Amino acid sequence: MQRTAEQIEQAELRPTSGMNRAAEEIEKDLLRPIFTSSTKYKVAVALSGSLVLAGVAAFAYQLYTGIGVWGLNSPVFWAFDITNFVFWIGISHAGTLISAILRLCHAQWRRPVTRCAEAITVFALIIGGIVPLCHIGRPWLGYWMIPYPSERLIWPNFRSPLMWDCFAIFTYLTGSTTFLYLPTIPDFAAVRDASSGLRKRIYSLLALGWQGTPRQWQRLETAMHIMAIVIVPVAVSVHTIVSWDFSMTLVPMWHTTIFGPYFVVGAIFSGIAALILAMALLRRFLHLEAYLKPIHFDNLGKLLLTFSLLWFYFVFCEFLTTWYGNAPPEMTVLRENISQHFAPLFWIMVFCNFLLPVPLLSRKKLRTITGTAIASCTVVVGMWLERFLIIVPALDRKFLSYSWGSYRPTWVEDTLMASGFGLMALLYLLFSKAVPMISIWEMKVGLQPHGGGIITKVSAIPQPHAIMVLEGPLPTDEPE
Amino acid sequence: MNVLYALYADPENAQRAIDALHAASSELHFDQRQIVIVSGEPHESYAFANSDTSTRPYGWAVFGGAVGAICGYLLTTLTQKAYPIYTGGMSITPAWTNGIIIYELTMLGAILTTLITLLRGAGLPNFKGVIKDPEIWLGKILVGVANPPESSQLELETCLLQAGASEIKQFSRASH
Repeated sequence: MQRTAEQIEQAELRPTSGMNRAAEEIEKDLLRPIFTSSTKYKVAVALSGSLVLAGVAAFAYQLYTGIGVWGLNSPVFWAFDITNFVFWIGISHAGTLISAILRLCHAQWRRPVTRCAEAITVFALIIGGIVPLCHIGRPWLGYWMIPYPSERLIWPNFRSPLMWDCFAIFTYLTGSTTFLYLPTIPDFAAVRDASSGLRKRIYSLLALGWQGTPRQWQRLETAMHIMAIVIVPVAVSVHTIVSWDFSMTLVPMWHTTIFGPYFVVGAIFSGIAALILAMALLRRFLHLEAYLKPIHFDNLGKLLLTFSLLWFYFVFCEFLTTWYGNAPPEMTVLRENISQHFAPLFWIMVFCNFLLPVPLLSRKKLRTITGTAIASCTVVVGMWLERFLIIVPALDRKFLSYSWGSYRPTWVEDTLMASGFGLMALLYLLFSKAVPMISIWEMKVGLQPHGGGIITKVSAIPQPHAIMVLEGPLPTDEPE
Repeated sequence: MNVLYALYADPENAQRAIDALHAASSELHFDQRQIVIVSGEPHESYAFANSDTSTRPYGWAVFGGAVGAICGYLLTTLTQKAYPIYTGGMSITPAWTNGIIIYELTMLGAILTTLITLLRGAGLPNFKGVIKDPEIWLGKILVGVANPPESSQLELETCLLQAGASEIKQFSRASH
């Protein structure tokens, strides 16, 4: 940190252009959270860490006592765990998908948003992946899901949607981690050059020896473009496959073709809400007011509004078809949702996902940082409830009344759910300490006159020459 | 490795310096590949940043996807054919569901190939001979010549200064 301050001081003595001064400011602002920690930050880490520890304790109790400590019983064998799984996989759609789409569209306002978003994806996928491991009861046998023919005669069943989940989530996690890591490499190099001692050594490893040659920049941009193209269909496939966990079964209200797109829309909807919330918190706690501006919240608010309307459209389509068909098993579940046992939760969900966000986000005057954050908060709650209401009512009123049952979560499930949120907060906080939460180099590109857009090569050069820059290994006078 | 270099606050000056170095390379007895350019951000608007507009990574990504698809096909088909189940000659490899696995592995192949192509194309990881000056992160562009011939060092310095640099610096790996 000292070194950076000195460098900045020295640089200020020399005449620099306005662009250089802005670049210095960006460097200084975005590296600050890495080198300093406020009391608020430490309190937040302690709180989220406590939640995670509580979850670890609850899980240890579950392992010791058995999965019977959960409230699951016939006929409801899926409840909080799968709700959390679907919810977190949905949240993961915030980052990579939105970031990839904005990159492909060359949206200039994306620059401060992308990394916050991509980090959400990776952490939400990790949490989402942990949930099924908890659910299988004996997580040490989780490797049985790895698809290889084994001498135990346990053969992977490629016709099982759970096996599809494994592949889809693994591919998405690999892609999202790569998508997050690649544009971070130059920023790791910036931290490397601004630090000393052990920190310098760690960041040197993470930066992989990045220099910033034109060839490296070009290869990075090309790789990011390819990744953005590939990751969009992967993200769509992941939540479609998650929806097939349900729609491939003959349970009332699950066996419907609309589930694929309905889940994808819901996932993007909850993902955008999570992103807005994360950005609002980062803005406040890391003092990034100059970077995360009202325009970003306004744009994301519009997107949230669009998805709120789309979500309502899908819910309406699904419910109308069920009501018109009037099949008794489906009508039982529908009534359970809208007017019987689960009605309070259902109407809270409608309020949180539609009735509150739509008027709040429709008016420009209300689409402020506070307005979008409030709407996002309710959407996150509403979308969790939506996942719960898809799963539990359909199971506890499945077909004939002799098999009906009920479900009530236990403290173990409540704790595990809360610890999921705690883990998300903890991972995000630790990440913000290790990596600039806004891409430094991309922000600098935004300062350039062309904004990093499509180029016209020679017009910017005052003395046109035939230019041929040959890149390649540099000749050295000493053995490597 | 020694690098004689200057820092430019303005990319246009950096471009001028690079042009001048290219023009003077044969006269000053150094190879054009010895010219070093390092910056803290890409400068797509300038010719020096567009020396390598290879589209090969796209082709490699497609190739990686194809390899992933073949792996997916083999994994699903061969595993299912190896099931110890007597099927009376009926097919045990459902195309619809196997297609999902093949699709995911196709994408995974493309992702991994893109990563490998980037690392290989950008020469990463490379922990030896990394040329760095902290000022590049403050918006400056480093332009220089690696292992410059001693006889023409003065001319090189003049060349770099005339393009708008305020000072000449030297990087040697021993000192870093």
